[in-house]
Amino acid sequence: MIPYDKLPHTPIASVNSVVVKTGAWRTFKPVINYEKCIRCMICWKFCPDVSIRLEDGSSYPAQSERIKETIKEAPVIDYDHCKGCGICAEECPTKAIEMVPEEK
Amino acid sequence: MVKLTIPEIELMSPGHTGCQGCGATIAMRYALKALGEKTIVSIPACCWAVMPGVWPNNCMRVPLLYTAFETTGASISGIKAALRALGEEDVTVMGWAGDGGTADIGMQALSAAAERNEDVIYVMYDNEAYMNTGIQRSGATPLGAWTTTTPVGKTKFWERRPKKPMVDIVAAHKVPYAATLSIGYPEDFVKKMKKAKEISGFRFLHIYSPCPTGWKSPPQYTPKLAKLAVTSRAFPLYEVEEGIYRVTMKPKKTPLKEYLMLQGRFRHLTDEDMKELERDIERRWKELLLKEEMTAKLEELNE
Repeated sequence: MIPYDKLPHTPIASVNSVVVKTGAWRTFKPVINYEKCIRCMICWKFCPDVSIRLEDGSSYPAQSERIKETIKEAPVIDYDHCKGCGICAEECPTKAIEMVPEEK
Repeated sequence: MVKLTIPEIELMSPGHTGCQGCGATIAMRYALKALGEKTIVSIPACCWAVMPGVWPNNCMRVPLLYTAFETTGASISGIKAALRALGEEDVTVMGWAGDGGTADIGMQALSAAAERNEDVIYVMYDNEAYMNTGIQRSGATPLGAWTTTTPVGKTKFWERRPKKPMVDIVAAHKVPYAATLSIGYPEDFVKKMKKAKEISGFRFLHIYSPCPTGWKSPPQYTPKLAKLAVTSRAFPLYEVEEGIYRVTMKPKKTPLKEYLMLQGRFRHLTDEDMKELERDIERRWKELLLKEEMTAKLEELNE
């Protein structure tokens, strides 16, 4: 195989988009009530922004210390990237996710 | 340990620039989960051409190639040929085009690739108009819908033609696999995607992906709309394998009105218009069931 630097010059997007903090788009913020949550992971399944993760998803590059410390084996919301679409709150079977207005 | 119904691997990163509640990003996420790391994706001009992010950012963790609007079929054929020349036989090549790039602009390249039976996956993610450029009508816009080029007003000039049946068109090329998928049913989605990965030859997948921006629907209803489209039979889930039709989901019918009234693009429709739409949808559903019945006989003939 030919290494990258030997290729003819073309624009190559090489930076992972986790550096883009799309959380700033949000007007409503989802908050999980872990008492009501049954760990069905439907919210994780439908998240378009990959912003709900399983606690022990060790394969993921952007895993921050904050997320690592939270409850094991539960959905955790990544507020750096969540755009606040509300799909998780809508799809949650036990209504454990509430959308609260964002305050600045 | 929590039980997951779809693969855990994430090959799409957050930080992409898709709208809030975008259906196409969910579709790409599931597709990459099913196909795995050994995949090359080719994307023409469509929503997904802007969604990976502004250079040098990219939300995909698999190689991604941008091509011109009409060249998806040709570019994936080329990538596959190059891989074959390099001896990389186990790499899946996926073309990922929108409904405009498939049903209208990319039609001839798609038809040519299907006719040559190239060993690639062609995905049409269908948000039912040219959403990226400002909601213009495409060949896949359904009957009765508002778009900026089929406006609603005194002229009553909304979409008057039914949706182009892309799966039927591609299946008529005698390809090994063609199917419809919906983001509302992730398990079915991943199952079909994995099935397509295992088959060699040209595979066509039509993904239904709601667009809150263009459909004027609240972003939280994206999966709900995808489910309602299937249950109201506006977008039936079926697959065509070697010319044999199989309806993969026969849900209990829900009223079409429920599906239409969640979307601003159908708000102008009167009860009579909706009845007309319902008739059209029922007709298509019956046609599909007949096709299933008819082609099942073909299978008997093969044995």
